[in-house]
Amino acid sequence: MTREELKVVNQARAKTDALAIMGGAPVYTGDLVPDGALIVKLKRSPHAFARVKNVDVSQALAVPGVVCALGWRDVPRHRHSFAGASYPGNNPFDRVILDEYARYVGDPVAIVAAETEAAAEKALRLIRVEYEVLEPVLDFEAAEAGPSVVHPEDDYVYQMDIGGDLAHNVLMSERDEGGDFEAVYASCPVRLDETWYTQAAQQSMMETFRTFSYYDHAGRLTLVSSTQITFHARRLVAMALGLPQSKVRVIKPRVGGGFGAKQSMVTEVYAAVVTYLTGRPAYIQFTRRESSACANTRHAFRVRVRLGATEDGIVRTLWVDSLENAGAYGEHAANVVGLSGHKTLPLYGKTEAWRYTGKVVYTNTTPGGAYRGFGATQGCFAVENTVNKLAERLGIDPCELRLRNLPEVGKPMPAYYDEPLTSCSLDRCIATGRRMIGWDEKYASAPFSRQVGPHRFRGLGMAITMQGSGISNIDNCTVTIRLDDGGFYTLSIGASDIGTGCDTILAQMAAEVLECDVDRIIVSGVDTSYSPYDKGSYASSTTYVTGNATVMAARELLSKMRAVAAERLGVKAEDVEFDGMNFSCGEKRLTLTELGVESVNGHAEWLTASASFAGHTSPPPFVAGFAEVEVDTETGAVKVLDLVGVVDCGTVVNRALARVQAEGGFLQGMGMALIEDVRTLPSGRLATDSFMQYKIPSRLEAPGVRIAFEESWEPTGPFGAKSIGEVVINTPSPAIISAIRNAVGADIHSLPATAEKVYMALQTARDGNN
Amino acid sequence: MKLNFELNGRKLEREIAPDETLLHLLRACGMHSVRGGCDTSNCGVCTVWVDDRPVLSCGYLAARVEGRRVTTLEGARAEAGELMNCLAAEGADQCGYCSPGFIMCALAMFRELGDPSDEEMRRYLAGNLCRCTGYESQMRALAKCAEGRRSK
Repeated sequence: MTREELKVVNQARAKTDALAIMGGAPVYTGDLVPDGALIVKLKRSPHAFARVKNVDVSQALAVPGVVCALGWRDVPRHRHSFAGASYPGNNPFDRVILDEYARYVGDPVAIVAAETEAAAEKALRLIRVEYEVLEPVLDFEAAEAGPSVVHPEDDYVYQMDIGGDLAHNVLMSERDEGGDFEAVYASCPVRLDETWYTQAAQQSMMETFRTFSYYDHAGRLTLVSSTQITFHARRLVAMALGLPQSKVRVIKPRVGGGFGAKQSMVTEVYAAVVTYLTGRPAYIQFTRRESSACANTRHAFRVRVRLGATEDGIVRTLWVDSLENAGAYGEHAANVVGLSGHKTLPLYGKTEAWRYTGKVVYTNTTPGGAYRGFGATQGCFAVENTVNKLAERLGIDPCELRLRNLPEVGKPMPAYYDEPLTSCSLDRCIATGRRMIGWDEKYASAPFSRQVGPHRFRGLGMAITMQGSGISNIDNCTVTIRLDDGGFYTLSIGASDIGTGCDTILAQMAAEVLECDVDRIIVSGVDTSYSPYDKGSYASSTTYVTGNATVMAARELLSKMRAVAAERLGVKAEDVEFDGMNFSCGEKRLTLTELGVESVNGHAEWLTASASFAGHTSPPPFVAGFAEVEVDTETGAVKVLDLVGVVDCGTVVNRALARVQAEGGFLQGMGMALIEDVRTLPSGRLATDSFMQYKIPSRLEAPGVRIAFEESWEPTGPFGAKSIGEVVINTPSPAIISAIRNAVGADIHSLPATAEKVYMALQTARDGNN
Repeated sequence: MKLNFELNGRKLEREIAPDETLLHLLRACGMHSVRGGCDTSNCGVCTVWVDDRPVLSCGYLAARVEGRRVTTLEGARAEAGELMNCLAAEGADQCGYCSPGFIMCALAMFRELGDPSDEEMRRYLAGNLCRCTGYESQMRALAKCAEGRRSK
């Protein structure tokens, strides 16, 4: 099959749920809460680190309408993790529902449930908590030296040995390498050693975390939750409450964005424990402040990059050394850090030796979690900036330098688990982006070359990146498709559409196989009772992993339908023609609707097919990103004039949705580069905990992101497709920071590049020159 | 306290708390298009009209609508139809959570400015945040919708 033959895939299609979600149909968690559900609220620690000596709920319980008020001694204590990831894995079980320790400002210390919101809020104020305040660990670079042990508990559980040292706040450490880094580095005529910092950016999806729970007809504790990890949540809630999984059910309705934030459980256990203890339906909805400060963020990183190269810009060796701040709990921390190496190093295909070392430390700050890019973003910022500095030092155009080092299709990628590179159009991505932004006309290697006003200068920067398409040999996704008796199809999935449009693109893939349009396919999901297993929507996996399962299942259904139709028509299956509506052989004809009706009458077989897919590889999508900025040297203010992204996601499954994914990812990346400042008070409290303090880009800052696609054909992908969800966030931060350096020589090593930071860097540069 | 107001053309009398927000009241009235986003009147998600002017219902006391007309997307579906189709065609809904507030503000903009330029649209809608789309698809949809309005 070639791309030219595709009829439904590779086209633009509106999302199948578009008019419902835009028009105000009751389809999100908060719209579906049953009448009479208790309102659940959390009492939170004002201290960054404290032992909770006593929780006195007596006055709270006296408030009319309060049904329960729970301290750590009142709830089940079973070790679990909030991290949605395949099991077993390397997320430690470092949580209980409520603990004797409060580990960050905002860590829950009590749960109340009441008939009304007002009663619950009053009860919160009346809970008296006695704390033994402990010295918090706030500086992640100094966490190994104390002053405290963030997880001193003796029932902490590692699922496997991941090189942790809890006495020194080390959650995990690892090392992976190929070749002799020291020897190659020492022999390189050009060596760089640069250290970079990325901030704990917030996912900031518009729908905050929320869950309601009730007992269903079968006596199962049922959660309706805004989640990316429907099936993992069932396992984790069961674990937290000490219930068998058969007694827990999770339903995912429409979700108002996630970007990884909802790859961890956040609100689920608090509603669940209230229903478990009271038998009543219960609802918890986080405020924006809670969503910002008391859930999870991108992990803050320090990344040191050592790079050895030849005089003509061949990168001979790279060492990515990452230190990651897990925050107070370890959701995804041990997985995130690895991507800073494994999804940056393979881009330099001529290295003779490479090394990645990673360490993750606990601190008494807001927990980190999954955020689009998942470590690759942090690594990309560090490595791409370092490579740009190499280009600057050698006087080689950064685009040219990339082209000299690209990995080759057909060859294994040593730093990417030795997976072979099976598709890559990065060379075309660079060429197209270069043309779109006018690189060759505008680029000048020396700072202050492009003056456009008395104190305004322009500059260009670029970066390349990769991600994966699912987690090879781990992620498993299953779909079931059936022919219904009305002559339409139902595609049951466990993949969790969180606004990304996976319901639509999976329907497109099934429609492509079944020769129909998407409106003949109803996509149904997700309810752990009725949906087939899918590990959930994360790791850029749905298009590739669930997509492959969808194509397999649809093909199997088609072949079953053809066989039954042939029998009815009295001909051979291979002689049956199918045009999407009719099975025919010569003059003989059976419509799809007739087949559907026959399949539920008498001694017939209801036509259903299921398929599971788990990839042996995780083919990387690629992006080349370009930025043009204007810097005001009087104020340090940076304006992004142009932001261009050229994407290789294999075949574009939906031209509209892929473009919007890319545009949105690029703007998030720009926010991380310039706007999204994370500030913490000396007490450890996050100061940037609302949209008043934590600014995300508005349409006034949006530079008009321009996206183009340079499609490759991934032989293992559904219709040649790879992923797109995460890869699009990575390049803006290195491209923009490099563009600032190109414009005015300000060497910014930490994000975001606020006006103040750029101004101070300019003063430092000026002082250095004098 | 008692509140009399008009919601999407229907006269209503409701018992409200003095500190109740319009957002809370409208959701209690079953208006699912009205959604909260930030609690601090920064994101535009909760936008509705009071006497045909857009307001942020999360920071607007319900008591203020006494004797006034409140319109939510449920009451503006006919007027919103063309814009919703343009947004859907561009894939500009993504998670969809911020869409109703955005649509209400955009319709108010068309009423107020007639045929706005891209720059005017960006300014008018600056308070409507969207984390998914990066705004460009929304701007394309608005431009197409405006084109459709001009050719009528």
